[in-house]
Amino acid sequence: MTERLSRPPAEAAFRDELLGVLPHLRAFARGLSGRPDFADDLVQEALIKAWTARERYAAGTNMRAWTFAILRNHYLSELRKNRRMTELDEGAAERLLVMEADQESPLHLGDMEAALQKLAPERREAVLLVGASGFSYEEAADIAGCPIGTMKSRVARARGDLTRMLDAEPDLSALPMTRD
Amino acid sequence: MPPQAGTGAVRPGEGEPGWASGLRKLYNSVVDEPLPDSFKDLLKKLDGSDDD
Repeated sequence: MTERLSRPPAEAAFRDELLGVLPHLRAFARGLSGRPDFADDLVQEALIKAWTARERYAAGTNMRAWTFAILRNHYLSELRKNRRMTELDEGAAERLLVMEADQESPLHLGDMEAALQKLAPERREAVLLVGASGFSYEEAADIAGCPIGTMKSRVARARGDLTRMLDAEPDLSALPMTRD
Repeated sequence: MPPQAGTGAVRPGEGEPGWASGLRKLYNSVVDEPLPDSFKDLLKKLDGSDDD
């Protein structure tokens, strides 16, 4: 069998493009789920889906945006299948943070990741797409299947949440006021 | 949007908050990880399979 040799060049190019976006897909999936093992499973599934749908991909368009949308939709359907996963995420994320804490950074990556996982899922996705992956609001809205205004407000809210969690002064008013 | 009072509000155009670079750093730390072989194997398998 010589099917590998007879592959059309378009397929080889598609495969190379997929390989190129893989590290970004992993980072996005890790940010969404907070769990490296689950994230890599998501990426594997997204790759298979992308490959199966390769004829629907228009060469020269945005492979990263296209595959991010596939991954994100798969992630949501996995969550719907097993809602308990979201509850498990919390404990797993905490353990991960200890391992990945960066002692030299003024802001520990562990704190960053913990804060990220505390965000509402749609805000987390929004800030990952725009603030970390570098998509425009328009591209991010396209990936998430929402209007651009919705994406902008999700990003703004995520930013507000993260600032409150990470950059704000300690909230002294939250301390118990027991004077006697 | 109503004006935000209190601490921690980000005013647009005032430079980015401290966590913004932390978020990119977190993201890039995964991007920079060596790709597990399982992914390369999967792509090879997909490329070699006659699925149509």
